[in-house]
Amino acid sequence: MGTGIIWDAPAGGEARVALTGRWTISEVTDLADALAREAPRAPGLAIDLAGVEGLDTAGAWAINRAIQRWEQAGFGARLDGASPDIARLIAAVDGTPGAIKLRPDMGNPVVARVERIGKALVLQGRNITNFLGFLGHVLIVLGGTLIGRRRLRWHAVVHQAEAIGVNALGIIGLLLFLVGLVIAQQGAVQLRQFGAEVFTVNLIGRATTRELGILLTAIMVAGRSGSAFAAQIGSMKLNQEIDALRTIGLDPIEVLVIPRVIASSLMLLGLAFYGGLCALVAGGFYVWSELAMPPDSYITRLQEVILMSDFVIGMVKAPVFGFIIAIMGCFHGFQVTGNAESVGTRTTQAVVEAIFVVIVFDAFFAFFFSLLGYN
Amino acid sequence: MAIDVQPRAGTLPDDADVAVRVRGLVTGFGNQIVHNGLDLDVARGEVLGLVGGSGSGKSVLMRTIIGLNPARAGHIEIFGHDALDPSPSAQRALRRQWGVLFQEGALFSGLTVAENIEVPMREFLALPEDVMAALAATRLRQVGLPADAGAKYPSELSGGMKKRAGLARALALDPALLFLDEPTAGLDPISAAAFDNLIRLLKDTLGLTLFLITHDLDTLHAICDRVAVLGEGRVLACGTIDQVRQFDHPWVQEYFSGPRGRAAAHPATGKAA
Repeated sequence: MGTGIIWDAPAGGEARVALTGRWTISEVTDLADALAREAPRAPGLAIDLAGVEGLDTAGAWAINRAIQRWEQAGFGARLDGASPDIARLIAAVDGTPGAIKLRPDMGNPVVARVERIGKALVLQGRNITNFLGFLGHVLIVLGGTLIGRRRLRWHAVVHQAEAIGVNALGIIGLLLFLVGLVIAQQGAVQLRQFGAEVFTVNLIGRATTRELGILLTAIMVAGRSGSAFAAQIGSMKLNQEIDALRTIGLDPIEVLVIPRVIASSLMLLGLAFYGGLCALVAGGFYVWSELAMPPDSYITRLQEVILMSDFVIGMVKAPVFGFIIAIMGCFHGFQVTGNAESVGTRTTQAVVEAIFVVIVFDAFFAFFFSLLGYN
Repeated sequence: MAIDVQPRAGTLPDDADVAVRVRGLVTGFGNQIVHNGLDLDVARGEVLGLVGGSGSGKSVLMRTIIGLNPARAGHIEIFGHDALDPSPSAQRALRRQWGVLFQEGALFSGLTVAENIEVPMREFLALPEDVMAALAATRLRQVGLPADAGAKYPSELSGGMKKRAGLARALALDPALLFLDEPTAGLDPISAAAFDNLIRLLKDTLGLTLFLITHDLDTLHAICDRVAVLGEGRVLACGTIDQVRQFDHPWVQEYFSGPRGRAAAHPATGKAA
């Protein structure tokens, strides 16, 4: 027997509706519409289920809703020929609409908008105070570690150093090598116009050792490791691992943050040096092949061009950038709450803010060292 | 070498009306074999309880049947269709047939509870929003969640509420086959009993087939038609709880005859025994 629904509604008499076949969630819309065809009226409704072969919760819901509608209008509604199980199911699913809240309240859109702006401001303010608190905590623990009052976990430092530094050698080497080539090539094209191609070496030497080598390395590390810190610590927080550390009596800052901060600072120093070297090597290849300058004279020129102060300034900046990246990554990791989405948002924030703060500090360093007379 | 002439434990006659049929299943991770030639049948309309010690591969078996874990060898049929058929249309048809409740609920954390319940409806059916919302509300009531839970996010729910919400989502399409992984673990005894009653009602009224992993002896007694004991990479024993209780295997004996097993079997005299 196919699915069917037949109304028999004589004027003045009891309205009868007979259902046949299977009524499941796929047909629930048709069923609800068909049952709503007759408006509730005296004396009442009888639903004949003798021909029903199968009914699921959705079908039962539609029938229950029709019964509720008739009863609320003050008329009787009954089931005919329903097996005990079907009657039980229909009674069990309450079809009353609107009793349950399904979505969070949106409220007045204007108020909601204002509320969202206010919330964002308050959150941002709280973020800053939280960050200052976190930074202070880390500095205290770091100080304690440096004067030997707290344990430094060498094992974790070495492990992090491998992840941050050694594993990044390939990608950072390749990146800086390509950047070195591009600087050399673009520089040579421009300087050729003035017949000053030989000064390409100055450009490569000064640009990479003092600024670009460090900055690009820091951006790469922020993307590779800053994000990893935020995601690792964030997942640990969701998994209650941070709480577990605390209850065992371990300070999560000491166990998780300090090794990352130290490893990141040291490794950025090494990576920046290595990255600068890769860029210089690339520049050397370019001037050798395109400008026919042999490697030994390239090296001699570099020695004349690159000031020791440029190199030192670059190497001073690197650990600071490493510290910023690690602190940002760990801070946002600890700010994760609730759900997986929060891990994603915080990871993004960690990387974006780390790169932003690194560039701000780079600008600050540039002015600072210029004021000191190192041009 | 002993030859197994007995029909393997866990199988039903070939002509039985089965919802799930597993034959010669081999699974493992790396060098470790979890199931080695496992056979198991779940009859249509029955509640099969799966028990076994920690690490005996209960969850792996469930995950393999629902296609989350690859099988190394063997054959799995669900309602007569090959469950290991990787073609997208076959997989989609299968997924329409079953609902799964994971241990921690596995709710989507970015959606409210009501939206979680609506996900399968949106994926498989084209229902109007108001009908979908009404059905979601019905599901919420059905699993006994309070009225304000629908608008909440999973992170705002307690463990037991997450479980109920997960069940509501598993039931969203009125599946013919329901997989439950430890449905009553972590619930207080009153909620656990209510959960058992709910499952029983759904089974009686909808003709559901249930495959449930549980350690809750009360659940085994209250709702399971048959119990399968997993161990040594296969089904050690399978039958009604009283049949399984007689089975001569140290783990089975300890499981059912320990103080908890006795208490669940004889609620009135359990304390004295």
